[in-house]
Amino acid sequence: MAAGDNLAERRCAITGIGQSEVGRRLGRDPLELTLDACYAAVDDAGLRPSDIDGLSTYPGPMAQPRGFSGASATAAIDAMRLDVNWYDSGVETAGQLGSVMKACLAVGAGLADHVLCFRSVWEGSAQGAGGRASLGPGGGGGGRLYASDFQQWTLPFGSAGAPIWIALYAQAHMHRYGVTPEQLAQIALNGRRNAARNPKAIYRQPMTLDDYFASRMITTPLRLFDCDVPCDGATAVVVSRRELASDLARPPVLVEAMGTAMHDRPSWDQCKDLTRIMGADAAAQLWGRTDLTPADVDVAEVYDGFSYLTMLWLEALGLCGPGESGAYVDGGARIALEGPLPLNTHGGQLSAGRLHGYGFLHEACVQLRGEGGERQVTPAPQVALVAAGGGTTCGCMLLTTSR
Amino acid sequence: MSDPASFVVVPEVTDTNRHFWEGGREGRLVLLRCGDCGYYLHPPVPVCPIDRSKNLAPEAVSGRGRVASYTVNHHPWLPGFDPPYVVALVELAEQPGLRLTTNIVHCPPEAVGIGQEVEVVFRRIEDPGGDVWLPLFEPIDGAHDGGR
Repeated sequence: MAAGDNLAERRCAITGIGQSEVGRRLGRDPLELTLDACYAAVDDAGLRPSDIDGLSTYPGPMAQPRGFSGASATAAIDAMRLDVNWYDSGVETAGQLGSVMKACLAVGAGLADHVLCFRSVWEGSAQGAGGRASLGPGGGGGGRLYASDFQQWTLPFGSAGAPIWIALYAQAHMHRYGVTPEQLAQIALNGRRNAARNPKAIYRQPMTLDDYFASRMITTPLRLFDCDVPCDGATAVVVSRRELASDLARPPVLVEAMGTAMHDRPSWDQCKDLTRIMGADAAAQLWGRTDLTPADVDVAEVYDGFSYLTMLWLEALGLCGPGESGAYVDGGARIALEGPLPLNTHGGQLSAGRLHGYGFLHEACVQLRGEGGERQVTPAPQVALVAAGGGTTCGCMLLTTSR
Repeated sequence: MSDPASFVVVPEVTDTNRHFWEGGREGRLVLLRCGDCGYYLHPPVPVCPIDRSKNLAPEAVSGRGRVASYTVNHHPWLPGFDPPYVVALVELAEQPGLRLTTNIVHCPPEAVGIGQEVEVVFRRIEDPGGDVWLPLFEPIDGAHDGGR
């Protein structure tokens, strides 16, 4: 690319990817899942742990909500006996991909050559048989719960979590632009179709439109099948200095551009426009750092923690115009594996499991390397767009093959 | 195990937010306002982001606004919150984008719509640490521009 050869991300490539066993409730040690993914990524790159000189993870140590963090940066560094020149973790970053983009900054700045990045979750096991509902903050002493910080503005009104917060955006967007429930259903249906071809997906049995509408309403307009499925599993990638990538085991995936911007209040209810995801700022930044355009994207892996986030991201990323996501996904053909813009080719978090952002990045690399098996997009994609996060934290990356 | 019906979520009152949670005692919705430029600060912060003034004081607003968005929640997230109930974002009349997360009450969920004009009503929660008043909203006349 002519533009931006001095950008940090242009000095980077993803040289290895790895993923642990993934399951609804594995009941395994989260650190073991983490290490399985990390060692797999290092092996995949053809590196040894002693070659890894950086580590980055999202979100780092977090006791609550249970299962949200499978290992801290230092826990992985110690368990792998890594000697690092740079390391980092944190939840206040540009979504889950923020950790990978920070790794690019570290490599681009010359602080490290090979940064291992991971995201590890065990929410399936943590939530147990009660499912996500068991996360409710109920049952404080004396039949009351004291809400402080940002929760004081939502929890006393029964606005108890992300499904409600996202539903408020969804309802505003549907009202303004006339998106129909049938159009929204395409995100879940598309994910399930693709998951059927992904051996590691959580839910692989077919889903019909009737099945979708039969799933219970959580909070209008979001049904159960609009909410991703908590799971256990870890995903890792190695971000390497680009000059070192060609000597490694796998064809490198090049980082073309990234976006971290947030030009709005980081607030669920005080943001400027309820019908626009903050990822629009990150996406605008991304497109400003490359000569490529949305028309060049061959495959898109776009966050679907809730289906409506995908709709908002499609608009934010410029894959369709503002308010056009309903028409864009209508009927599902455009976003299908065989369509002009294959979307969430592994099944997304709705069907493949809530690996929380990194699942999309992993899948983008799989597709660019042509290793998708039954779900491989053909002809082999050259450009993949990855977006993750929602609400107050969003980030996106544009990846290309080295061919 | 306590009785679910008696379960409540109580905002933790501090010197920073007391005006908001106790304003309902006088039937007033009170927000922090900049005494120099007139900007309402919500949630409250110690310096006005518009003019950096620290001349800030709680001030009652009209209690009127419009439904900017809403959702009819059907899931039992919390004991004592029996579905269905309406969670809404109400944009207050005083300032564009000045919104409260709240509930729409005194009307069936299907009667709620975006654009609907609403007015504050207060729900008192008794607490050993001091009672608080939650600002909820009810339709003024049921008119709205039609939710799809």
